[in-house]
Amino acid sequence: MSERQKLVIIGAGMASGRVIEHLLEKAPEAFAITLFNAEPRGNYNRIMLSPVLSGEKTYEDIVTHDDAFYAGNGIITRFGEHVLRIDRENKKVVGQNGEVDYDKLVIATGSAPFVIPVEGRDLPGVVSYRDLDDTETMIAAAGKGGKAVVIGGGLLGLEAAAGLAGRGMDVTVIHLAGHLMERQLDEAAGYLLKRDLEKRGIKIHCKASTAAILGNERVEGVLLEDNSAFEADLVVMAVGIRPETRLAVDAGLEVARGISVTPQMRTLNDPDIHAVGECIDLDGLLFGLVAPLYEQAAVLADNLLGGNTAFVAKDLATKLKVTGIDLYSAGDFADGEGREEIVLRDATAGIYKRLVLKDNRLIGAVMYGDTADGPWFFDLIKQGADISEMRDTLVFGQAYQGGAQLDPMAAVAALPLEAEICGCNGVCKGKITETITAKGLTTLDDVRAHTKASSSCGTCTGLVEQLMMLTLGDAYNPSAVTPVCGCTDLGHDDVRRLIKAKKLKTIPAVMQELQWKTSCGCAKCRPALNYYLVCDWPDEYADDYQSRFINERVHANIQKDGTYSVVPRMWGGVTSASELRAIADVVDKFGIPTVKVTGGQRIDMLGIRKEDLPAVWADLGKAGFVSGHAYAKGLRTVKTCVGSEWCRFGTQDSTGLGIRIEKFMWGSWTPAKVKMAVSGCPRNCAEATCKDVGVVCVDSGFEIHFAGAAGLDIKGTEKLGLVTTADEALEVIVALVQMYREQGRYLERIYKWAKRVGYDEVRRQILEDTGRRKEYFDRFVFSQKFAQVDPWSERASGKDKHEFTPLATLDLEAAE
Amino acid sequence: MNAHAAVKPGINWIRVGTVNDIPRRGARCVRFGQATIAVFRTAEDRIYAIEDKCPHRAGPLSQGIVHDGCVTCPLHNWVISLETGLAQGADEGSVATFPVRLEGEHIVIGIG
Repeated sequence: MSERQKLVIIGAGMASGRVIEHLLEKAPEAFAITLFNAEPRGNYNRIMLSPVLSGEKTYEDIVTHDDAFYAGNGIITRFGEHVLRIDRENKKVVGQNGEVDYDKLVIATGSAPFVIPVEGRDLPGVVSYRDLDDTETMIAAAGKGGKAVVIGGGLLGLEAAAGLAGRGMDVTVIHLAGHLMERQLDEAAGYLLKRDLEKRGIKIHCKASTAAILGNERVEGVLLEDNSAFEADLVVMAVGIRPETRLAVDAGLEVARGISVTPQMRTLNDPDIHAVGECIDLDGLLFGLVAPLYEQAAVLADNLLGGNTAFVAKDLATKLKVTGIDLYSAGDFADGEGREEIVLRDATAGIYKRLVLKDNRLIGAVMYGDTADGPWFFDLIKQGADISEMRDTLVFGQAYQGGAQLDPMAAVAALPLEAEICGCNGVCKGKITETITAKGLTTLDDVRAHTKASSSCGTCTGLVEQLMMLTLGDAYNPSAVTPVCGCTDLGHDDVRRLIKAKKLKTIPAVMQELQWKTSCGCAKCRPALNYYLVCDWPDEYADDYQSRFINERVHANIQKDGTYSVVPRMWGGVTSASELRAIADVVDKFGIPTVKVTGGQRIDMLGIRKEDLPAVWADLGKAGFVSGHAYAKGLRTVKTCVGSEWCRFGTQDSTGLGIRIEKFMWGSWTPAKVKMAVSGCPRNCAEATCKDVGVVCVDSGFEIHFAGAAGLDIKGTEKLGLVTTADEALEVIVALVQMYREQGRYLERIYKWAKRVGYDEVRRQILEDTGRRKEYFDRFVFSQKFAQVDPWSERASGKDKHEFTPLATLDLEAAE
Repeated sequence: MNAHAAVKPGINWIRVGTVNDIPRRGARCVRFGQATIAVFRTAEDRIYAIEDKCPHRAGPLSQGIVHDGCVTCPLHNWVISLETGLAQGADEGSVATFPVRLEGEHIVIGIG
């Protein structure tokens, strides 16, 4: 095997990340790669910093290459280390922690935020908006509230402003030009954008030039040329970026505004040094959006492997990713002689569309409020198609060509195969539909994984889904994410993630922040939200009883005639004469019609009137009983066999372990009911292998099983693993249930959750990763401090009295 | 508070308790011979009184979850409007409603 070429890459940004992916895909053995990054971390999706700033996503969500990726592919990473210089004679890169040789070198240092040379620009509290550290600084500042001034009303500045406003800061945007995003929007669209941002409480000042940043030890304000001033606890400098070329200049490479390169991404005066991404300059063109970066990465990878494809810069479309604001612009829309325009305005709906024509061809488009036809217009611009016959309906978009309103699917169907659907990754309609049929893809995640479409900024997700419906017909359920209920389009996972990300601590807060469609939810979502909040904030969230199903509210099972059934806890199915006498006495005293032995090795009393419940519980409490939670989405029973205590085949004390687990875990709430069992030997008399969690005792210890089912479905358990001591068995089981508590969807049993998450992933986190297991265990113990309270004794002593006594009793006088 | 009051023929306005006797988005029952009236309090503190028997299988509506001026029956999830007593969605049927008046904090129901 030929000796691997040494490839050094400086900068672990989005461009170099994609280069590495292409190289590993095409020729994994070709290069021994060393990757430098000034930031102390690998590559992450920089476009998604705005959702991190606004709180919708966390850093983990946007990592594209984690440590496992680099290690798995043998890439030596030197993160958080600056490169001092490039020694071209000896073909070495000198980093802070030492040198490394290269056969081929790629400079991908990206761009640096442009800092306007005004006094006070280095004061603490003045930040740029370039990477994760900036984002975290801004989040920290926003935490303290106060005023923020964002200098720069371009794409980045507005996303920063929206994020900070979303976190409660009082935000003002200072913009030099006449209107916002003047490079992408014309004045009219700029005005609409300004109006929408002002509706969110963001103050906008255009034609405003910054004179100085005020403050002695810390930033205190911003002074403009016209002497007006704004208070500020935080100033975000987002006036633009310029290529980071210092290393190239020091190494004597040719540099214009950026590092000069050929269309093959090679520097002009050193054939072994390449450059890619925001740091390059191709005949005077600079690149800031992700689409060209990904194309350059493909070209560079091909050239590194001996090919000589060339990169051709092409027109770009821009989308603003601030939730709720739709804006699209493409091509050249400046005024000019010989140019005509078609404008459509709908003030109330806040829609503005402007098309710029020249010689009967579309050369520019600006759209605000309704951008569905963006890709179609962009396609016409690229093709330079003659639009004379469809001129008078052009502005209404593709659906209106040829008169009748076509259904949206027809619009996507009519798109040519090479029409671009995903701008970030340059994925056209043909590539998506081909891959779906070739690889038999069925879910959106599959399509994202295989074609990368809608895997970057996500604004084309709707189009990709329509393409899936078009290709798969009704085999594809468009809302693969089934919403929680009719009150929202969000699925359970999104709701759980946003509850944590936005720190939502009450049901009204969840409904307000996640824009529930109904005023106070419904019988499906309220119990789910109540559980998620109890699970995520055990010490802070006050359980909302009126959001619980009646059984969990009253701690008894409602029967068809409105009476209730009561099942006391019987630890591990073991009872005693005194317990049995107490039950018999209660049955006699309250005339309870039915007494039944349950499948969970306990005794059920059915037909108790609601008014009698507190008294029944009082008597049962005196005999030492607590609620059996036979009604709860929580731990139900831990069935046991007698095990080594009595049975001649018993290998361990299964009864003892079952009782210990039940006493440790009772009272906990879970996404759906949890049934357990401990069998003393592989004969498995306690039927542990069809439970949510089961234990089969063997001579060498305890086989932990999980994800079994014996109700709607019959399914044997999966083996989690073998542990040697009862202590470890308990810790593993508790950690497993806590992981399920934190990840399960409401009413999703363990066997469905485990299949979705992956049995190996559960084994990895619970069995192998003992640190992770300990964290889950501790979080369960913490939540038990609040959950493990006997609801019966509470109510026997008067809690929720109103629940059990009628409001009034009216005597019926003899009617005539 | 457990009011005992005589019921004479014709419309009788009877005090049954105060608004705060009932948990918000909850209900309590008024026993009236064999029948039971469920008295609901919505999130906006509006008070409704309907028969505590779901038109479907006579489930106790007073035990259901209250939302959007409706209650979801605990037995089989029929949704009943508190104002009109009509079953919502695809379900058909209705339950008797009783007029309610508020005298300050006191809830007064019209029976008969």
